[in-house]
Amino acid sequence: MASPADSAQTIDDFTDGDYKYGFVTDIEADTIPQGLSEDTVRFISAKKNEPEWLLEWRLGAYRHWLTMTEPHWAKLYYPPIDYQASSYYSAPKSSDDGPKSLDEVDPEILEVYAKLGIPLKEQEALSGIAVDAVFDSVSVATTFKAKLGEMGIIFCAISEAIQEHPDLVRQYLGSVVPTGDNFYAALNSAVFTDGSFAYIPKGVRCPMELSTYFRINAANTGQFERTLVIAEEGSYVSYLEGCTAPQRDENQLHAAVVELITLDDAEIKYSTVQNWYPGDKDGKGGIFNFVTKRGACRGRNSKISWTQVETGSAITWKYPSCLLIGDNSVGEFYSVAVTNNYQQADTGTKMIHIGKNTRSTIIAKGISAGHAQSTYRGLVRIAKSATGARNYTQCDSLLIGDKCGAHTVPYIEVKNRSAHMEHEATTSKISDDQLFYCQSRGLSAEDAVTMIVNGFCKQVLQNLPMEFAVEAQKLVGISLEGSVG
Amino acid sequence: MLEIKNLSVAVDGKEILVGVDLTVNAGEVHAIMGPNGSGKSTLAYALAGRAGYKVTSGSVRYQGRDLFELSPEERAREGMFLGFQYPVEIPGVAGMNFLKSATNAIRRHRGEDELDAMDFLKLVREKAKLLKMDEKLLHRALNVGFSGGEKKRNEVLQMAMLEPRLAILDETDSGLDVDALRIVADGINRLRGPDRAILLITHYQRLLNYVAPDYVHVLAGGRIIKSGDAALALEVEDQGYGPMLSDAVAA
Repeated sequence: MASPADSAQTIDDFTDGDYKYGFVTDIEADTIPQGLSEDTVRFISAKKNEPEWLLEWRLGAYRHWLTMTEPHWAKLYYPPIDYQASSYYSAPKSSDDGPKSLDEVDPEILEVYAKLGIPLKEQEALSGIAVDAVFDSVSVATTFKAKLGEMGIIFCAISEAIQEHPDLVRQYLGSVVPTGDNFYAALNSAVFTDGSFAYIPKGVRCPMELSTYFRINAANTGQFERTLVIAEEGSYVSYLEGCTAPQRDENQLHAAVVELITLDDAEIKYSTVQNWYPGDKDGKGGIFNFVTKRGACRGRNSKISWTQVETGSAITWKYPSCLLIGDNSVGEFYSVAVTNNYQQADTGTKMIHIGKNTRSTIIAKGISAGHAQSTYRGLVRIAKSATGARNYTQCDSLLIGDKCGAHTVPYIEVKNRSAHMEHEATTSKISDDQLFYCQSRGLSAEDAVTMIVNGFCKQVLQNLPMEFAVEAQKLVGISLEGSVG
Repeated sequence: MLEIKNLSVAVDGKEILVGVDLTVNAGEVHAIMGPNGSGKSTLAYALAGRAGYKVTSGSVRYQGRDLFELSPEERAREGMFLGFQYPVEIPGVAGMNFLKSATNAIRRHRGEDELDAMDFLKLVREKAKLLKMDEKLLHRALNVGFSGGEKKRNEVLQMAMLEPRLAILDETDSGLDVDALRIVADGINRLRGPDRAILLITHYQRLLNYVAPDYVHVLAGGRIIKSGDAALALEVEDQGYGPMLSDAVAA
C-alpha cells in the first residue's frame, strides 16, 4: 500500500467470494437416463409405488405442461433450457427401499449433512429442530418423527405420506398450486420425486421447528421437490427450509412447489435460507431456481408468514404468495435477496385479498453487487369481496458498486374502495464516503459492508427463528465477500 | 507523534497541498486556520487516508512509522481519529452498534479484551452524559436526520470512546451554538494529555477561546504561510487573512 489513494478500499474491484458448500460427494446413485417423456413420469411413479390416482394426476400435469411455454416476463436472461438434457430421477442407491431408521442411512450421506452443519443423528441434533433431509431426488432421513407423532403431528417425506396418509395428500395436493398453474409448477407436478410433508392437528402448537434441508448432489439432474404443510384449526408451526448444491460448471435446474394451508385460527411461519450454488465470479454454472410457493389462508383469523433469505442460485424466479380467503386472515412476506457477480434474481410476492378485513405486509430488501441484477416483482390484489383490506408494502434496494442494477415492479389491483394501501420504495447505494467513514473508525471495508448490509436487512432477518437469524446474517456477509476492495 | 515533511497532495489531478511542513509532538494542541479553499480539509483527509487524495511528494511519519504504509483502518487502529466536517449518514445502522463495532475493533488491535454489551453501555452512557447527549440519539440510525449540532456532538462522543492518540478535528466547531460549542470544547479538553496530540482545523478563533492551542498555523494556497502561538489566532480574528497573504506573496 503505497499511497492513500491505493491503500483506500474502493468499491469497484470485484473478486470472488468462496462458496463453501461446493463439494461433491461420491455416492453410488440410481439415476435414470436424461430425457423427459410420459415414460419418465410412469417410471418415477412406479419407482415410488404410487397409487393410480397420483399417476393419473402426474400424467395430467405432464400433458398440460406440453401445451405450455416457458414464461419470459421476468427480468432474467439465460440461455434456453433443454428439458431433455436433465435426468429426472436420481437416488442414492443404498436407500432403494427407503431407510427404516437413521441407522440405515448411508454414512456418507450422514457425513454430507454433518459437513453442512446439520447433524441427522438425533442424539447430536439441535434440540428444538426436527429435520427432513432431501438428497437429490429422495428424502433420506427425518429426525424426531416419533416424538412429534405423540402429539399427532405428521412430519415425513412426501413419498412416505403418499403411502401412509393417502387421504390427506389427495385432499390437499395441488389444491393451492394446481397442476396447470404455471410452466414450472406443471413440470414439478409431473416429475416431483420427493419433498416434505407436515400435518399439524387441531389445536396443536408444534413444539419444535420443522426443517427440510435440500441438497442437490448428482450431476445433470434436476431437483423437483414438493412440500405440503397443513395447519388444522388453531394450530401453529414454524417451518424452515435450507438449500445447497455442489459447485459445477453447468447449470442445474431446480423447480420446487410448496403449498401451505391454514384453517381457522391457524398459523404457519415458513422461513427459507436459499443458498444454492450461485455460479462463479464470471457467471459460469449455478442453479436455475424456478420455484412456486403459495399459501392459502382458508380459515378465519389464520396467518401465513413467508420469510426468505435468497443468497444463492444463478437465476432466481420465485414469488411466495398468500391467498387471503378467510376473513381477518393475515399474509406476510419478508425477503432479503442478495445478488453478487452475475447472479440474477426476480423475486417478490402476491397477496390476494379475498376475505373481509384481510391484512398483508410486504417488506422486500434487495442487495446487488458486482454485475448482478435484482428485481422485486409483486402483486397486491384486493378483490371486490375484500372489504376493509389493508396492505403495507416496503421495497428497498441497496447497490454496491456501479455495475449492478435494482428494479422494482409493483402491481396493485384494487376492486374495493374500502382498501387501505401503502407503498414505499427506496434505492440507496453504499458510497465510498460511508466506507471511508467506517474505516476511519477502525473497521475494515468488508466489516463495514457487512454492518451496513445487515442494518439494511435487519427488519427481515429479525423475523427468522433465532438459530437461523445468526446463520443468515453470516451468510449475507459471506455472499458479499469480495464485493469490495 | 506526527512529522509532515514537504507534503504535496493532488485531488483529481489538481495540486491542493504544495509542500506542507508540520511537526506535532505528544501533549500538544495545534490549530490550523486558513481561508476557504486553502487545503485544510485536504490535509485532514490525506492524513486519514481517503481515496482520491494522491500524495505527489513528501513524507509523513506517524508514531515513528511511514503513515502511507497504513490503510485508513490501520491508521484508526493505531490511534488516529478524524472528526468529520460533514459526518456521513449510515441508514439502518444504529449509532450504538456502530460505536461498539468500532470500539472493539480498536481494542482488539491494542490487544485488549472486547467490551461486552453491559460494560460498553455503561461507558457510552457516561461519555454521552458529559456531552449532554440524549441516549436516544444512539439508538437511531447513525447521523440520519441528526441536526448539525447533534452530528458534531456525536463525532466528539466517538472520539471520547475511541481515545485516540492523535485527533484531527475538521471544523468540529462549525454549525454549533454557543452552548454546544462549550460542551464540545470541554469534550476536546478532556482528551488533552501528555501522550496525546490534537490538530484543530477551524475557520474561526471562537473555538480557540475554549481550547487553548499551543501553536497556531495559517494554511493558505496549500502551504503553511505563518506559524505562531495563540496570539496568531487573535491576529487573524482582528485583521483577517489579507495582510498575511500579501506578505506571503511578497516573500
